[in-house]
Amino acid sequence: MIRLFFVLFLFIASATKAENIVLGMNHDEVKITANFDGSEILIFGAIKREAPQAEGALGVIVTIVGPNERVKVRRKERKFGIWMNTDEIEVDAAPSFYAVSTSMPWAEIISDTDDLRHRISIPRAIRAVDTRVTDTELFNEALKRIRETQGKYGIYENGVILDQDTLFQTRIPMPANLTAGDYKTRIFLTRDKKVVSSFDTTIDVRKVGIEDFLYTLAHEKPFLYALMSLLIAVVAGWGASAFFRMLRTQ
Amino acid sequence: MQFYLPIAEVSVNIFLVLGLGGIVGVLSGMFGVGGGFLLTPLLFFIGIPPAVAVATQSTQIVASSISGVLAHLQRKTVDFKMGSILVIGGLIGAGLGVILFNYLKSLGQVDLLVRLCYVVFLGVIGGLMFIESLRAMRRQKQGYIPAARRKRGLVETLPFKMRFRTSGLYISVIPPLIVGLCVGVLSAIMGVGGGFIMIPAMIYVLHMPTKVVVGTSLYQIIFVTAFTTILHSVTSQTVDVVLALLLLLGAVIGAQIGTQIGAKLKAEQLRILLATMVLLVCFKIALELLIEPSELYSISRVAILP
Repeated sequence: MIRLFFVLFLFIASATKAENIVLGMNHDEVKITANFDGSEILIFGAIKREAPQAEGALGVIVTIVGPNERVKVRRKERKFGIWMNTDEIEVDAAPSFYAVSTSMPWAEIISDTDDLRHRISIPRAIRAVDTRVTDTELFNEALKRIRETQGKYGIYENGVILDQDTLFQTRIPMPANLTAGDYKTRIFLTRDKKVVSSFDTTIDVRKVGIEDFLYTLAHEKPFLYALMSLLIAVVAGWGASAFFRMLRTQ
Repeated sequence: MQFYLPIAEVSVNIFLVLGLGGIVGVLSGMFGVGGGFLLTPLLFFIGIPPAVAVATQSTQIVASSISGVLAHLQRKTVDFKMGSILVIGGLIGAGLGVILFNYLKSLGQVDLLVRLCYVVFLGVIGGLMFIESLRAMRRQKQGYIPAARRKRGLVETLPFKMRFRTSGLYISVIPPLIVGLCVGVLSAIMGVGGGFIMIPAMIYVLHMPTKVVVGTSLYQIIFVTAFTTILHSVTSQTVDVVLALLLLLGAVIGAQIGTQIGAKLKAEQLRILLATMVLLVCFKIALELLIEPSELYSISRVAILP
């Protein structure tokens, strides 16, 4: 038994050791500032080998996943002549951001089993749903479709440039309306559609400066925030009109 | 230049927001209206979530009304007693309005409620104004003298009478309370000051003298919208102070231009212009409700998971 374990351990160790990922990024944090207008993350790295390269097609998959959110998806229907929300479902956990970039077309880079095991593609990442509605699949698809048009979800096939089976790089665009939090970044190395190595890191996305101050205040001390807003409003409103009055009298 | 709004969590073009504030400022300067009823729908059109648009508008109204109130206080054209009764009604109404607003928000129907309110109110008011100003123009051409105002009715017969010296009235407190309450509800749901409802009500229902109407309504609006700001902020964190400031800045500058233009136009022309604009906005919102949207589904966040 112990021997078996040992052999297994050796096997895993050698498997992971054969090809390892060395990673670099242009930045490992994204700051949401007042003039934040989206961002682009450049992820690059190299595959380190201690042995000659094994046979089989080599693929690289890069994924970035934002914090999970509980969301409601609603559907409009025509009632009394107007379009209004009728059916709704609640999705327990849907990532607020999800990007997958691959070095080959999806069908050639990974098997369904490994996709399922590592929860790589977007449909696998959205966790199941409650509910009273029968056609939940339509809602799930709508969630993906809307987020894709918002630039929050995206699959970039052939987005990873793999050079001489050693160096790789990809650029992943991020939209302006990001949810702050830890963005889990994973890089998978596949050979013959099987994951042979992987690497995890996080990108820290957060609001900074005035954005952070206002957001935190509004959510943690809303009453104080309201009073501050009113004070600013009164001072600004009065100040502006006093300023123009002064201009006119001169 | 893009600017990221911290509460709305959208990135907007700063000049677009300043411009919107400016346009509404021009209108409010020209017509002497608050402009909240035009600004809130315009904010929907540029992609601000309706809940944020409505709540932020109340803050902006506080800012844009403050100098008006101060001017009327100096001129002593505020009926404090009447104003306070209107405020009491308004605070109750705002409370009820926010409860309704948050309840419908949890059901996902708040957008519909806000839009429907806009269609109904803009439609009715724009329509009435349009007909009225057409009639006034025709009358002027014919040299027609308007009929004398009819005698006071129901308002006189209600109990709990009180004397309002500044307005020279001796009437029941019930009608002003109800007027205040309705305006409070509208303020919470539509993000408007409610002057466009309150002023006609003060003149035609309460029979207040015209010279104290504007000052007293501003006095009520400032308290009620301040209260609405606090309620929205505490219950749903939807007040975006940065957006409010940008709008205010645009509006103040716009109002200066608007006043100049307004002075050059005739009252009837102004009214018919305003009526047309109100009807156009109403029409646009109504279309959005009637035409099948290109995306039937929508997403709203319930919570961020750790």
